[in-house]
Amino acid sequence: MHELIAFTIVGVVTGAAYAVAASGLVVTYSTSGIFNIAHGAVGMFMAFVFWQFEMAWHWPPLAALFVTVCVVAPLSGAAVERFLIRRVSDASVATTLVVTIGLMVGLIGLVDTIWPPQARVLLPFFGHSGFQLVGVFVTWEDVITVGAALGIAAGLRLFLYRTRTGVTMRAVVDNRGLAGLNGARPARIGTLSWALGAMLASIAGILIAPELQLSVLPLTLLVVDAYAAAMIGRLRNLPLTFAGALLIGLLQSYAVGYMPSTGIWDSVPLQGMRLAIPSILLFVTLLILPQDKIRGAVIQVRRAVRPTAGLARSLQGAVFLVLAVVVATSFLGAGDTVDLGTGLALGLIMLSLVPLSGWGGQVSLCQMTFAGLGAFAMARAGGGGSPLGLLAAAGLAGAVGALVALPALRLKGLYLALATMAFAAAMDDMFFPTSTAFTFNGSVAIPRPSIFGLHFTGQRSFVIFLAVVFAVVSVALLALRRGPFGRVLSAMKDSEAACATLGLNLTLTKLVVFSISAAIAGFAGALYGGMESVAGATQFEMLQSLPILLLCVVGGVATCSGALFGGIVLGLGPVFQSALPQVGSVTLLGTGLAGATLGANPDGVMPALYERTASWCSGVSARLTGPLARKLAGSAAGSATGPGTAPA
Amino acid sequence: MSSPDRSVPVRPVLHLRSVRAAYGRIEVLHGIDLVVRPCEVVALLGPNGAGKSTVLKVASGQLVPTAGCFHILGRHANGIRPDVLARSGLCTIPEGRGIFFNLTVTENLTMMTYGGSSRREVQERAFARFPRLAERRRQVAGTMSGGEQQMLAMARALSVQPAALLLDEISMGLAPLVVDELYELVAQIAADRVAVLLTEQFARAALGVASRVAVMAQGRIVAEGRPDDLPADLADAYLGGSGTAGRREAGGSADTRAGDTSAGDTNTSNGRAA
Ligand SMILES: Nc1ncnc2c1ncn2[C@@H]1O[C@H](COP(=O)(O)OP(=O)(O)O)[C@@H](O)[C@H]1O
Ligand SMILES: [Mg+2]
Repeated sequence: MHELIAFTIVGVVTGAAYAVAASGLVVTYSTSGIFNIAHGAVGMFMAFVFWQFEMAWHWPPLAALFVTVCVVAPLSGAAVERFLIRRVSDASVATTLVVTIGLMVGLIGLVDTIWPPQARVLLPFFGHSGFQLVGVFVTWEDVITVGAALGIAAGLRLFLYRTRTGVTMRAVVDNRGLAGLNGARPARIGTLSWALGAMLASIAGILIAPELQLSVLPLTLLVVDAYAAAMIGRLRNLPLTFAGALLIGLLQSYAVGYMPSTGIWDSVPLQGMRLAIPSILLFVTLLILPQDKIRGAVIQVRRAVRPTAGLARSLQGAVFLVLAVVVATSFLGAGDTVDLGTGLALGLIMLSLVPLSGWGGQVSLCQMTFAGLGAFAMARAGGGGSPLGLLAAAGLAGAVGALVALPALRLKGLYLALATMAFAAAMDDMFFPTSTAFTFNGSVAIPRPSIFGLHFTGQRSFVIFLAVVFAVVSVALLALRRGPFGRVLSAMKDSEAACATLGLNLTLTKLVVFSISAAIAGFAGALYGGMESVAGATQFEMLQSLPILLLCVVGGVATCSGALFGGIVLGLGPVFQSALPQVGSVTLLGTGLAGATLGANPDGVMPALYERTASWCSGVSARLTGPLARKLAGSAAGSATGPGTAPA
Repeated sequence: MSSPDRSVPVRPVLHLRSVRAAYGRIEVLHGIDLVVRPCEVVALLGPNGAGKSTVLKVASGQLVPTAGCFHILGRHANGIRPDVLARSGLCTIPEGRGIFFNLTVTENLTMMTYGGSSRREVQERAFARFPRLAERRRQVAGTMSGGEQQMLAMARALSVQPAALLLDEISMGLAPLVVDELYELVAQIAADRVAVLLTEQFARAALGVASRVAVMAQGRIVAEGRPDDLPADLADAYLGGSGTAGRREAGGSADTRAGDTSAGDTNTSNGRAA
């Protein structure tokens, strides 16, 4: 009995922390219409700011708390809204998601830069003192956490339903233009709601930080756990959100207390399940909750659709890519060759997003998980370089992709993205660290395939092989895009509602494109593992999927060349890092910045470049005449954009 | 500075001078001149796509003219944001119900206080004129019938006591009896020295209260005058039959449909008069 009370108290305290975090998410979503994936990262950042004030500069705790929560947090939130979010307020769900993911990744990089990794102590309020409650020791920090949750619940309820500003925040989401016609200032309200969201994030971060030793990733991801609570509240309902948070806290606590840890239970997947409870709950909640209606009236502002590259054009690009890699590897040093190969392999993983996100408009946050499955299959079935390993990689990832997609098919936009994220997080805890897969904190060797009697043991030959694979997959994908399946895909991206009225079977389309994408990612993951020769669980974590998505979108997710661009940039990370050693993580910071500022150029870098070159070329060919000039212009355009030149 | 000019006051509240407006690169208004004075109800008529709504968007600040200018109470107002105009006495009820569907009736009324009245004043005025709304004060606005929703939207015109009122097709999808009630209210509001500019695709209902009619086609005003002075062919084309007071007849034939404010709100009054 005493034990039960103890675990209940622990669960309530954890649940209260989740509730504080989730309430911020719900407030930003229901008052600005944007799901802030970076919410946890904002809380993490603010916890570091608080640490700086309290521990490094020795301010009194209350002063540090006040300045962090009431000054720094709202100002940062307002700045984020003003400079990043406002530009994408009319953009598609995918774009807003990418921008907030960019913010999250960028914040992690920023914290690494300002506060280089080292052990930091953040004491709980009133130290570790506390009191006995029915025989259980409760710290004052616990009391404060529960008190904060209750206070925030009551305060938000009053604010959003009783004050005019609160009502206006909800009105702006309902109908922004009409709010203006009523005389409210929609822009100011948006800023306010992000300021409020950041304040709530900072409270959550500061309350949770002491327990997690102020470490960056656990702090960021712990608040991700709060997504499940927010989702139980359907991102709108605060009381339900709080109930959900309590449920998660209690479940986790009871799992620690009562899940047996002997026999079959003493395996990594089942132990990992404790950690994965929020992710599993998020996935389940997404599946069983009623969905928003299809919003047929929403017209997505889209640029003019450019034609897909024809067969000749894509072959041109493919040949060019392979030649360029052959030439480049002939003079690059060993280290640079490896970076190029890594870039090509990562580009291949990003290529899996092109049909799914670029053409089909669905966002996935688990491509690295599929890549990990591919690497795992290669390690298992590809012994001695058997090409069967590659087939197994594509097959396993494609099958798992279909399994994930099957229940998630009815989900749209944000919900689908979060479901894939939950899947990835659950795999991080339950599969990748097991001895079956990559072992805990260890790594396994990944063989390189040998095909047609060719062995790619040398770095250069394997890099050229990767280029050939990238070229072939691109050409195949573009052929798919030109066919009927590609047309359905792009119709789906334009308007699911319109497709439904035309009687197109989107369920099957989604399932197929999701499996194709997962299969490509798995196939690519096997080669990525082969490039590095070994692979470990951390390489395929959910967090690694975020730069994949970000850089692919920055390059241009609707183009194969965009994926290539993203891969090469990500592969060159070590090069940038050595050029700027004082920056904690150039890759994260740069990727985050690029993603967060996407609003300026939503189509990505490669399409923009392609457009410039095309207009330049047509200028030249207008002056020169004759077939020779046209040929020149054609190959120049092809060369500038690599394979799969044109976007959909 | 009053002039001996009969009943019409001199100073216009809304004044559009050769206004051109475009969506992107496509120009849809090709030079609109329009004046609305206090106590006047000007009805903008014309077929679908003529540009009526666009005129209201310009006049409410939602769309900035590409050429020409528009004045409010004698002041140049090109480029002033809609919320600023709203706070300074312009009340705009856009096409489709001008309410927040996810907020309750009371919360919708709270949103009307940006015009300067207190919450109590707004509620008192709205509930006094539309007792039905008082019964439904806690209901989410989106779940009310079309008639009730439009009453709620019109409550804003009552509560903010504007200098000018812009109404875009308020009769759309409503039963004739409700439409009559709404237009009666419009006439009362106008009598309170408010300048009213309204649009209707099918004019019959509006004609009873309009003091002036402007007929639009393809981004231009093709005829303007008192309702009974309109050329017969235009009247035929846009007013759904010959001439004037169709409103009374419409009201008469609507008796049989007196379930007015329920969800079964039928279409507008066109083509019904004998
Ligand atoms: N948001 C918009 N974007 C582009 N064109 C528009 C938009 N709104 C209206 N139009 C076009 O402007 C013209 C006038 O429209 P509108 O003012 O709504 O007409 P009305 O209200 O008289 O039916 C139409 O040709 C319509 O297609
Ligand atoms: Mg209209």
